[in-house]
Amino acid sequence: MVKLKAQVVVMLKPVVNDPQGLTVRAGLHRLGFEEVEEVRVGKFIEITVTAADEAEGRRQVSEMCRKLLANHVIEDVRFQVEAVADREQAGAARTE
Amino acid sequence: MKFGVVVFPGTWSDRDCGRVVTEVLGAELEYLWHQEKDLKDCDCIILPGGFSYGDHLRCGAIARFSPVMDSVVRFAAHGGLVWGICNGFQVLCETGLLPGALIRNDVCEFRCQWTHLVVERDDILFTSTLRRGEVIKIPISHGEGNYFADAATLSRLEQNNQVVFRYAQPDGHVVPAANPNGSIHNIAGIVNREGNVLGMMPHPERCAEPELGGTDGLRLFKSVLEAFAELVV
Repeated sequence: MVKLKAQVVVMLKPVVNDPQGLTVRAGLHRLGFEEVEEVRVGKFIEITVTAADEAEGRRQVSEMCRKLLANHVIEDVRFQVEAVADREQAGAARTE
Repeated sequence: MKFGVVVFPGTWSDRDCGRVVTEVLGAELEYLWHQEKDLKDCDCIILPGGFSYGDHLRCGAIARFSPVMDSVVRFAAHGGLVWGICNGFQVLCETGLLPGALIRNDVCEFRCQWTHLVVERDDILFTSTLRRGEVIKIPISHGEGNYFADAATLSRLEQNNQVVFRYAQPDGHVVPAANPNGSIHNIAGIVNREGNVLGMMPHPERCAEPELGGTDGLRLFKSVLEAFAELVV
């Protein structure tokens, strides 16, 4: 078994208006960052999973994205997974 | 007839809906806790407004996995009346009982105000006592009521006359200035093709008694009650 950390990014589809992004862009412009052309605000989700191997872990996370993490009417989703480092595992164990 | 009002953790309009049903309409009522699967022989299920599960992830995203929603989906598939108001509309879209989605208001503000709605359907139970083209006054109260559907879905909705209410001026004109949240085509409420599942952002339960500034909301509740009575006879 391997312990994996998945980093999931959920963004509104390009055709969906993003009022949050427009507001942040206006704020950046007010701060003097006139060069800012576009801002899109999305969600970042970290998931730690245990799986038989990396391929199985990817399959699980993909299923999570499809069923819950993104609404495919309005959002696109992408993710990457990486093995959780030993040191991080040890740190987590101490915290517990 | 008996109304069922679903209560999720974070629902806030359940008692308002319940009061209208029992005190104003004089109909039977059951509150249905989200963990129950039994719809207790209710004839119309109301998914009320609020912030189910704290609106975490997306409005309505977690509520759709509640045990009660399995029963509601089956109930709707058999023609049962399901009425989603505000957060309930969001839950219906997340569940897939209605097409599209509700995203953040284009103004980035929570909007709590009266709106005028032009009625586009009077041939469904929910609007049986209204007339097509008339204007009713019902308040909204939401931060994420901006209806969105992709071009293909939107064109299907319009072709099938599934838009029931649109934000309009008091004289019934549907113009951008009357749109409080950026909803595409000024859409405030839609119905499924079969006509038994209605979703709407405005709150009819908040204007069912004169003390609340209007009674147009009561007309929707009465529509359901009267049309249902005729069905049964």
